[in-house]
Amino acid sequence: MRAIGIILAGGNTYRMKELSQKRAIAAMPVAGNYRAIDFALSNMANSRITKVGVITQYNAGSLHEHLSSSKWWDFGRKQGGLHIFTPTVTSDNSFWYRGTADSIYQNLAFLKESHEPYVVIASADGIYKMDYNELLEFHMEKGADISLVCSEIHDPKDCERFGMVKLNDEMQVVDFEEKPIAAKSNLVSCGIYVIRRRLLIELIEKCAEEERFDFVRDILIRYMNVKKICGYKIKTYWSNIASVDDYYRTNMDFLRNDVRDYFFREYPDIYTKVDDLPPAKYNVGSNVRNSLVASGTIINGTVEGSVLFKKVFVGSNCTIRNSIILNDVYIGDNAYIENCIVESGGTILANSYYKGEGAPKVVIEKSDRYVF
Amino acid sequence: MIKKEMIAMLLAGGQGSRLGVLTSKVAKPAVSFGGKYRIIDFPLSNCINSGVDTVGVLTQYRPLRLNTHIGIGIPWDLDRNIGGVTVLPPYEKSSNSEWYTGTANAIYQNIEYMETFNPDYVLILSGDHIYKMDYEVMLDYHKSNNADVTIAAMPVPIEEAKRFGILITDENRQVTAFEEKPENPRSNLASMGIYIFNWKSLRRSLIEMAEQSNLDFGKHIIPYLFDKGAKCYAYEFNSYWKDVGTLNSYWEANMELIDIVPDFNLYEEYWKIYTHSETLPPQYISEDGVVERSIVGEGSYIYGKVYNSVIGCNITIGKDTIIKDSIIMNNTGIGDGCDITKAIIAEDVVIGNNVILGTGDEVPNETEPSIYTNGLVTIGEDTIVPDGVSIGKNSVVSGNLTGKDFENNALGSGKTLIKAGDEL
Repeated sequence: MRAIGIILAGGNTYRMKELSQKRAIAAMPVAGNYRAIDFALSNMANSRITKVGVITQYNAGSLHEHLSSSKWWDFGRKQGGLHIFTPTVTSDNSFWYRGTADSIYQNLAFLKESHEPYVVIASADGIYKMDYNELLEFHMEKGADISLVCSEIHDPKDCERFGMVKLNDEMQVVDFEEKPIAAKSNLVSCGIYVIRRRLLIELIEKCAEEERFDFVRDILIRYMNVKKICGYKIKTYWSNIASVDDYYRTNMDFLRNDVRDYFFREYPDIYTKVDDLPPAKYNVGSNVRNSLVASGTIINGTVEGSVLFKKVFVGSNCTIRNSIILNDVYIGDNAYIENCIVESGGTILANSYYKGEGAPKVVIEKSDRYVF
Repeated sequence: MIKKEMIAMLLAGGQGSRLGVLTSKVAKPAVSFGGKYRIIDFPLSNCINSGVDTVGVLTQYRPLRLNTHIGIGIPWDLDRNIGGVTVLPPYEKSSNSEWYTGTANAIYQNIEYMETFNPDYVLILSGDHIYKMDYEVMLDYHKSNNADVTIAAMPVPIEEAKRFGILITDENRQVTAFEEKPENPRSNLASMGIYIFNWKSLRRSLIEMAEQSNLDFGKHIIPYLFDKGAKCYAYEFNSYWKDVGTLNSYWEANMELIDIVPDFNLYEEYWKIYTHSETLPPQYISEDGVVERSIVGEGSYIYGKVYNSVIGCNITIGKDTIIKDSIIMNNTGIGDGCDITKAIIAEDVVIGNNVILGTGDEVPNETEPSIYTNGLVTIGEDTIVPDGVSIGKNSVVSGNLTGKDFENNALGSGKTLIKAGDEL
């Protein structure tokens, strides 16, 4: 492969609310069996990128556990491999990562010691499938210095959370606004970039000299008129999960036939760590409709329009509606849950009632599991 | 120096002809079981859970599926620098090359493999039983008795004892006599085909008995050692153990998994069963779907109604289809409007729309009445069943079928329809 990969997985945002207390966004469970970072990692593997660095910082325990072996994404090769970069204190640096550019700067040796001509940088909170080779082809064909991936959004309010780009007819980026209140275009930058390795090293070193730390603000926007930055439109499904609402909506998207078939049954596959769980079990009284169910789950009650992650237990006579139940949640008999996201490892006592009014409600319950 | 205290040799070469068409293309240990597993997963998982990290798997009959399933042993954590899992097929020698002619003959032909690990003990397993057993506990028992051979045995109802190899023991569980399928059993302790041997005794007896044709553990090696005065002990095992050698016992063992608290519980944390899964996504139950008293594997889409069934991975079950008391193995698609009762459907099968399986009266099967019994409909691997066909009980169907293969779109009970494909 002509590129190495960097996955930016260190971030956190207040928009994830309580969900980020437990883990980094990159480690958020998605679509029943996966973690958010599986999508970027699988895309790298499926694009035949064999050397990938994952930059972690915020609350990375759960993420590191997920990445404890690289074999699930087939990165356990003699050449290349999966490299995890957590901030470390060195003789000339004692800072945390102060921004995306700084996080790359602090691991510049990874770039310098590689020999592949290009670098693909991807954020870990995007849910999509992509052959990065197509992006690379586009990049070379346009003769661009930096290429970024952009996707059309349908809700204009979403621009408040994204970098918004405007392209000319030549697909060159002519305007880039960071999280505007109202945007001039409907194209968001997906946080996926390709750039020549040597150019990246040069720009990152310059940034560091000037005490600038952010890749978007201090490189993309600052160099927009000097360097040729082009935008590659992704036409297939792309979604970002970095807010409670988006997280909820993205998971619910998988109840749609087209989205499910695209991710689950079309080539190539998305890979994830294998948990060796038994098949899901439906006992007498189970009534499951329009829902995704992951393995290891046992259902005795009613589930509608919901996503049940791994090892969930649903007691008798429960009703779960339009909700997301994360891994290893125990739900006692007769509970009612509607429009909620139930945090992993939680225990919902029998006969309890939870309902999200308007926006989905995040439920964190740490009751004793086995009360007799 | 390489040294393993105990290594396991897993006999996985048999066809298992009593599973009928299910084993026409794969060896019995590679047959799917319990939604996402294959039969061999159970002894392999027992090995790693017992701390046995060196396993030789002896293959012979149709080994392709078995080989791809086992690979380098990653799912069972048997990818080791030293030891791990090794697939051992029969091989050509400069003279006297032969297939594996018996259970012990297969082990005899792999003495070289076993010697590389300098074992003190060798555990002999067969690849066709469903159970959870800690072989380490059995080894401790073997050591504490100073035994030469320990045979795992379980009590069976005395009226069934005549189907098994029976062990007669003294009060310390030392074996005093063996009876192979006795008419009038003197004990109800049945051998499970699981043995721990002292390596030196095993090696000596294999070499001394090498000329015996169809060299077998139960028939030759154990009696030989016993006659030479070796100390044989019975290790009594009282948990769930199921030989899934016949279609009916295979069907029953699957159905037992869907009980509320099954005798054989896959949901226990401390003794996990591992398998190689090709399919990872979650399953989807549609707006009109119903699933009750069933287990369902990864990546399956259910648009119809499923009761009392074991559904594998990557299955699609169409709208208005009703499935009852059935087993459906991986990668099978079932059309809309079907009615399926008591069927065993193997892997990679395509069932058209409005197909009825398991209809009509119970009539004994015309070709293999002892295999296809109990009202089951058995569909072989890679079979295509065309739209609108109905198939009776105790029947078996296999091959790329079209409407022309059926009279009036029907196949009566007790019929066999096996259309040979292009055999390579």
